[in-house]
Amino acid sequence: MQLSTKHLLGIKDLTPQDISTILSTATEFKGVLQRQIKKVPSLRDITIVNLFYENSTRTRISFELAEKRLSADTINFTASGSSAAKGETLLDTVNNILSMKVDMVVMRHSASGAPHFLAKHIPAAIVNAGDGINEHPTQALLDAFSIKESLGTLEGKKVVLIGDIMHSRVALSNIYLLNKMGAEVMVAGPPTLIPKYIAEALNVKVEYNLKKALQWCDVANVLRIQLERQNQVLFSSLREYNLAYGVSKKLLDSLNKEIVVMHPGPINRGVELDSDVADGTHSIILQQVENGVAVRMAVLYLLSGAKPTAN
Amino acid sequence: MKIILDKQQLQLTLQRLSHQLLENEPDLNQTVFIGLQPRGVKVSDKIIETIRQLNPEDKVQYGVLDITFYRDDIRNELHVANKTDITFSIEGKKVVLIDDVLYTGRTIRAALDALQDFGRPQKVELCVLVDRRFNRELPIQPDYCGKAIDTITSQKVKVEWEREEVVLY
Repeated sequence: MQLSTKHLLGIKDLTPQDISTILSTATEFKGVLQRQIKKVPSLRDITIVNLFYENSTRTRISFELAEKRLSADTINFTASGSSAAKGETLLDTVNNILSMKVDMVVMRHSASGAPHFLAKHIPAAIVNAGDGINEHPTQALLDAFSIKESLGTLEGKKVVLIGDIMHSRVALSNIYLLNKMGAEVMVAGPPTLIPKYIAEALNVKVEYNLKKALQWCDVANVLRIQLERQNQVLFSSLREYNLAYGVSKKLLDSLNKEIVVMHPGPINRGVELDSDVADGTHSIILQQVENGVAVRMAVLYLLSGAKPTAN
Repeated sequence: MKIILDKQQLQLTLQRLSHQLLENEPDLNQTVFIGLQPRGVKVSDKIIETIRQLNPEDKVQYGVLDITFYRDDIRNELHVANKTDITFSIEGKKVVLIDDVLYTGRTIRAALDALQDFGRPQKVELCVLVDRRFNRELPIQPDYCGKAIDTITSQKVKVEWEREEVVLY
């Protein structure tokens, strides 16, 4: 058994079979994480570098924990405070790190396609931990895992992604994954934050009215408004955004159904998601974080075996 | 192809193993049974069924263990992980590992490693349906054995559950 790919650059490259393999392996790793000794020796011959050119709390900690739970050796690299600040190129930095016998690279970069570029030039397996506005595959996998855990299956489930679709790599990875696994996908948000031809290009429904979108869905995945990626004003104020597109308890109570609320974090409380929802019974946000470690363990485990230099 | 155990012999052997286990484990509160995924579980299911029938009053503690993440050959080949389900403590207990075919001993080595992560048993024993003696690559021997056979490496031993036979290919 092996994944069809040597790297995890994006959900786009995965087959439905790959996704199922990752999710079922993650289930077993979640079992490992509930034991007293939350560790297995599978990757003790592997060294992994976490290359973070962009800020991250959850993803970095989650990957690092996943690596440690698999008994891999880890090194952490953050762009600030490194020679990247002195002008060293990405490829030079990585080749220098790899010359110290590193087997896998987990990488986050603000440039879309950075891990794809690297995959063409280095022999190590690469896991994309978020590249610009392109993809964030492990987030989509852990979202899918969490939906499956809550609803039993992905097939036929209706998932709406709400908010900043334009700048969200989480949205793109989720759309690819949910489509591949037979779920129905809708994107909702202000027209300025939804790419114009997304419905035809990515096979999703588009809805500009939040209440209608929530009424349609089984799962609402609320995305963060990415203020750092917006170089022009796409809505007038955070308060106005909250009034039109913020998910509130009142709104959820007005629906005649129960839905599952997710958020990839970090939350802008009171902007896209109100605190009483984020901390309420609909929310599975903290389960998502918990599942993130198991899903990343599955990805690293499955890619480590595909490593031809291992012998 | 050669039949090592036919249907009747297989049933008798499983019965005998169940009785032997009961004979040596008088206190079922202090003994736990663990079937090894994937194929050992078929054997352990049958044995536990018999033990439960013979001891309807006692609570038999039975779980299954998957050793995929503890294998020593994952760089050569990745295997699909199966379910591990051990809902009780093994700390200070006597653990009986149950598998179908004991061959190189590497699965049992991995199982002993995996078991450590669940606690420190007082004792670990091994019960197998078929022992391919002379093929061992590690110093591991069974405490309970259905049938010991002599084979060469190129041969394969398989339990065909649909036909209820143990076959040597």
